[in-house]
Amino acid sequence: MAEVRYREALNQALREEMQADESVFIMGEDVGVFQGAFKVTAGLLEEFGEKRVRDTPISENTIVGMGVGAAMGGLRPVVEIMTINFSLLAMDQIVNSAASIRYMFNAQVKVPLVIRMPQGGGHQLGPTHSHSLEAWFLHVPGLLVAVPSTPADAKGLLKAAIRDDNPVIFIEHEALYGKKGEVPENGEPLRFGEAAVRREGDDVTIVGVSRMAATALQAAETLAAEHEVEADVIDPRTLRPLDLDTILESVRKTNRAVIVEEGWPHGGVGANFAALIQEQAFDYLDAPVARVTGADIPMPYSKPLEQAAFPHEEHVVQAALATFRDL
Amino acid sequence: MATEGATGAEKAHEAGIEQPIHDLPGEDTCRLILQKMLLIRRFEERAGEMYAKARIGGFLHLCIGEEATIVGATQALADGDYLMSTYREHGQALARGTEPERVMAELFGKVDGCSGGRGGSMHLFDFERRFLGGYGIVGGSLPLSAGVALAADYGETEDAVLSMMGDGATNQGTFSETMNLAALWSLPVVFLVINNQFGMGTSLERHSAVTDLSQKSEGFGVPGSRCDGMDVLDTHAVVSDALRCAREERKPQLVEAVTYRYRGHSMADPEEYRSKEEVEEWRRRDPINNFRQRVTEDGMLSDDDVEKLDSEAQERIEEAVEFAENSPFPDLAALYDDVYVMEGSSPHAWWLVDQRSPETHRGEAEREAGDVAQELAEAGAAYAGEDVTSERRSRHTPRGDDQGEGEPAEESRDEEGGAD
Repeated sequence: MAEVRYREALNQALREEMQADESVFIMGEDVGVFQGAFKVTAGLLEEFGEKRVRDTPISENTIVGMGVGAAMGGLRPVVEIMTINFSLLAMDQIVNSAASIRYMFNAQVKVPLVIRMPQGGGHQLGPTHSHSLEAWFLHVPGLLVAVPSTPADAKGLLKAAIRDDNPVIFIEHEALYGKKGEVPENGEPLRFGEAAVRREGDDVTIVGVSRMAATALQAAETLAAEHEVEADVIDPRTLRPLDLDTILESVRKTNRAVIVEEGWPHGGVGANFAALIQEQAFDYLDAPVARVTGADIPMPYSKPLEQAAFPHEEHVVQAALATFRDL
Repeated sequence: MATEGATGAEKAHEAGIEQPIHDLPGEDTCRLILQKMLLIRRFEERAGEMYAKARIGGFLHLCIGEEATIVGATQALADGDYLMSTYREHGQALARGTEPERVMAELFGKVDGCSGGRGGSMHLFDFERRFLGGYGIVGGSLPLSAGVALAADYGETEDAVLSMMGDGATNQGTFSETMNLAALWSLPVVFLVINNQFGMGTSLERHSAVTDLSQKSEGFGVPGSRCDGMDVLDTHAVVSDALRCAREERKPQLVEAVTYRYRGHSMADPEEYRSKEEVEEWRRRDPINNFRQRVTEDGMLSDDDVEKLDSEAQERIEEAVEFAENSPFPDLAALYDDVYVMEGSSPHAWWLVDQRSPETHRGEAEREAGDVAQELAEAGAAYAGEDVTSERRSRHTPRGDDQGEGEPAEESRDEEGGAD
């Protein structure tokens, strides 16, 4: 297995799928000549030309809407939104068009569209470029939502997303683009709806979303080394469809659950998971489901404030230990 | 007030429309045009009645008065071309060839509707006829239509897209964004602004600083032109030319059709924003009457011919109503179907969640909730009226008519608020 960076893994997925299928094309702001704001599309304009790697004006709602239309017309567009906050300008087309068209038109047409976007804090970009909004998309029936946290998942899930006949919100993380990891060379897509168990343990279940899957894993190592607590660490990898069974199986074993996400607490992924877990595994729980989330504020700029605004390893450790407190 | 002063004809004159006289096309074409315009008018009149009888729910936006714009423009399309429209689109579907039975059934929310009862009046769709939808968001269909044009261009086809919007849509961000991209990428698309003088209840001069809407796209690189939307031949000529430019020269075009809707924005519209006189003035320019007069004065068709076309249209609409009445409501078991394309996907994950059910429910792949979920769905659907679930079981048994002719549809129709 080759060791590649997350951004390179995404780039490989795009290249391979474009080589395999003429109907796959890319459009977005600065994806061509500039090679992508985060260099994910580097080299693709040169290889595939302007027809298939299309620089767009800064018109998010229309770029996404054109992606939906092109998908209805038989193509497989991959639209890049420069950062997840900008997707809010396209929410109309994402919800009213992409997610709804198949259902409201009685399955006469499908929308095989991928909308890629990075999220997350840590780069001091302030409150308009740093949020984590996966819960917004998870909310919407008709969308698939992927939140890959490793280079291998980034590649395998992006390939699956491009081949899928549904609209996919593909959420990358700005802090992960430079991370290295082993990526299988066979080029096989992963399946949506299959969580990854990153670490096994019998004492507590920690579910980490997006970058927080990595934070959860670090926290689990600390829990083992310093507190003799062995954690199951689960990365759901896709939020729709959701591999709830893997999470439930773990919770039935450990009787404790901690959900870690970078997004806001109200109406967040953790709120949703907590509800599902208590509905499906109430009798197995020895403690309330714990959530570790981003602070309930717009993301601040100043470095100490920003670092304090999203979860770190120690927050996860504390939350896991708290599930063992006598109630 | 915007409605004072200028009459319809004066407005049209001020708008620079000179009533060009186009030669009549051949007899068959004239007959077809008249037939289609009559079908649309009779359909809309009957739909309005069915709404008043509560056979149709939600909002109902009628296009009476705009028939020449719709038929003139759609007759310019080739079979392979795509049509996209707004939420006022019953006429567009009919003009493109969707059976009135399937349009009426959709308005009734029935399973045989052209969107299976899932879309309703604002969301008709007929993929086979390349009618890619009515859309409920003002300006929302513009990017979609450019995307369809991109697909047509990408595939190196000769297909073009006719993308219709109302005058109100020209104020949306998607208007300028889409014009820019269509011109930038040389897409085969014609934008048709159906200027019926009002964005809901706000008149053109009160919602748009530039009231010559054909100018609004020019700065983005899409040349605009105007046609008399009350004249089916003028609309056809101008849209045909625009489609030729878009198709052959890859230069997207905009056409403003100046027209008028006789009815309110929707059926819930008290029409306090305009005078009866204004409506009457426009009615004197009625697209059907005027075209009928031309073809009969020319001797191409006799009054009897026209009467026959009209009665055939009315008969067809009666059949459509009967069909819609007899069509069953969609099966409740299909409530969760087709949210996703499931083929080739991982079926074991949770795609959809039915929180009403005490059991797990995985949506369309697996129905573990089974009977309980079905019972709960039926309990919910029962609020639609006692006869809904029973009719579903007895497919072709007509419902008892428990509401008098012409009575209000329900105790209170929703006021049309800020929704559109």
